[in-house]
Amino acid sequence: MKGDFETLEKRLGVSRRDFLKYCTGIAASLGLSTSDAIAMAEAVAKPKKRPVVIWLHGQECTGPTESLLRSEHPTLDRLILEMVSLEYHQTLDSGAGHKVEHMKELSMKENAGKYLLVVEGAIPTKDGGVYCKIAGTTMLDHTIEAAEHAAAIIAFGSCASWGGVQSASPNPTGAQGAQSVLPGKTVVNIPGCPPNPYNFLATVMHFLTFGTLPELDNQNRPKFAYGRLIHENCERRPHFDAGRFAKEFGDEGHKKGYCLYKLGCKGPETHANCPAVEFNDIGGGTWPIGVGHPCFGCAEEGVGFTKPLFSLADVKTHTPPNQFPTIEQREETSGMTAGAAAVGGAAIGAIVGAAAVASKKLGSSESSDSQE
Amino acid sequence: MSQAKPLGGTIFTPFFIAMMVVFAIGMYFLGVRFMNGIGAVANINGGYPWGIWVVYDVVIGTALACGGYALAITIYLFNKGQYHPLMRAALLASLLGYALGGVGAFIDMGRYWQFYHLMMPKHMNFNSVMLEVGLCVATYILVLIIEFAPAFLERIGAKGLLKALDKVLFLFIAIGILLPTMHQSSLGSFLVAMGYKISPLWQSLYMQPVLALLTALCMGFSIVIFEASMSKAAFDLDDETHLLSKIGKIIVGLLTAYLVVRFGEIIVHGKFGLIFTSGKNSVLFILETALFVIPLVILTSEKKRNNPSTLLWAAVSMLFAGSLYRFNAFLLTYNPGPGYSYFPSVGEIMVTLGIIAFEVMTYIVLVKTLPVLHKPKHA
Repeated sequence: MKGDFETLEKRLGVSRRDFLKYCTGIAASLGLSTSDAIAMAEAVAKPKKRPVVIWLHGQECTGPTESLLRSEHPTLDRLILEMVSLEYHQTLDSGAGHKVEHMKELSMKENAGKYLLVVEGAIPTKDGGVYCKIAGTTMLDHTIEAAEHAAAIIAFGSCASWGGVQSASPNPTGAQGAQSVLPGKTVVNIPGCPPNPYNFLATVMHFLTFGTLPELDNQNRPKFAYGRLIHENCERRPHFDAGRFAKEFGDEGHKKGYCLYKLGCKGPETHANCPAVEFNDIGGGTWPIGVGHPCFGCAEEGVGFTKPLFSLADVKTHTPPNQFPTIEQREETSGMTAGAAAVGGAAIGAIVGAAAVASKKLGSSESSDSQE
Repeated sequence: MSQAKPLGGTIFTPFFIAMMVVFAIGMYFLGVRFMNGIGAVANINGGYPWGIWVVYDVVIGTALACGGYALAITIYLFNKGQYHPLMRAALLASLLGYALGGVGAFIDMGRYWQFYHLMMPKHMNFNSVMLEVGLCVATYILVLIIEFAPAFLERIGAKGLLKALDKVLFLFIAIGILLPTMHQSSLGSFLVAMGYKISPLWQSLYMQPVLALLTALCMGFSIVIFEASMSKAAFDLDDETHLLSKIGKIIVGLLTAYLVVRFGEIIVHGKFGLIFTSGKNSVLFILETALFVIPLVILTSEKKRNNPSTLLWAAVSMLFAGSLYRFNAFLLTYNPGPGYSYFPSVGEIMVTLGIIAFEVMTYIVLVKTLPVLHKPKHA
């Protein structure tokens, strides 16, 4: 086993220790055990043949790629580039022009049925898809062609998943996600704007290791990453439950880190693991809500780029009905009021008074009895 | 057949109408509570989750309703049949006190619509210290209804049912003695669960159940004296002072036992100095102890014990003592941490007063229409 990783150290330029740590981290974000992490490490260290990846770019800002490039310590991009054979990627290709396009065609022919297709960006469909062309061919045709013989298709980012910002009304180019232009194909969606690179890496690693895709939900998003609402794991959730809200940016509640729901946070209706994984590997709550900005629902179709930024989210989980009493901190509860003290005193006085009257009556009847 | 008879007479006396007004005000605030939530009416907060609705209506209210329990022990356990004339009135007061204690718990419950979960084993929360009390009180209310049923059955003349009930009534009486012993001691044990929030003068990790049970019994006997004296003053009934003064004698024994345990616990745990050095808590402790000592002094003297007037004052003092003991432990000296304070709001007090007014009204209506009290022989 040790020997296996020695060649890897040379090949990837990472220490064995760092490499295993990386694999364990990836396995953990998938919810897998340590033995699975070793399996992953072996899958990378002794690749039968490095899987070919074809990466298409449509209508987008290259956010997902940028996010992926910043995913880890400097060794990561080398790892991901050497671990798979990235044969076509417009941002990262060193070549250009017809040469690259030719290489892509060759690769797809050679690896038919074995390559992994990653789609980044939305696909315009209006007017035959003329609004996005690469090498004279529409993105629509590129996508359909590449998907034909792909072993698996991953739509990386909200644009590729469901159209993203391009599909926002009025959607002049008829932008759509990969899934809707590829009927009958299974497209794994990793939405987010930008998406979290670890959700992508974990999905790819799962595919490399086990040859299958991770478990998907009804929108074909990996369950390990999109199985829960942001609201469920949000660090500000206790403030929501206790009714403590920031009401405007910079107010006292905002400074104290209260819940951002009333500022339009879409956490209650957006499925993503942002609060658990965060961004940029620096910890300390580095994600939108963590730094004080309401979630805008980038990863959820029909929320991000669709709902107004500051409109209240539709709380999908348990919402307390109006007749629930508030459970806010009531440290400032008014103490004794004059009215309450008067009523309380009157009640005690009434008992003592009644006892006095009764006692007098009993005493007089007693004396009249004895006189008789 | 008992010799008790319905008192008859008009129900809508000026006093009764005044009670109706108090009840109506209470119902208004109760309406607000159910429309807008507990927070709209009560001052309870994160530090003081239990306000007077729990501490008075449940903890004190059920202790005040221990008359039926105390008399049942005396009559059926120690076979002192001579107290039987007092039994029905005491049972009625117990039934009302407990039923409205149950209502108090219900209105104080955040998710009151799940009240019935208490009765369903699959929903029971076995980690809750309140489960035993809740089940026990709920069962005891049913038992009290059955125990009081003969008064109603006599009134409607259901002789067959009365005879059948008579054969099994001893079972319910036995359960009716067991259940309050269980939950009255548990009500004291709540304080154990609250740990250091309870002032050391009121906290005891071993003696809480004993203290709660002894004070509940004292209060039970006192309420019998109180209620019999008040009824006599109000309705001009038979003189029962000879019976009541004997009850006073029982209270002397129980009260002595209570004070020995109470001060013994304080002295053994080296807390005696706190009685004088705890500021506000010292004042409350001394006031509470004074209220406990007054009935002891009055009732020890045979002359004063046989005087209905001083006997009543002893009972009133004892009722205040037992209530203040509970108020002190659960609310007045309770310390949930800095920043929290609690005093019941007007609405909160009015709901409780409304409940008490309802109790008094029901008592008046039932003693006038059902055979509960003993009418004067010369009437």
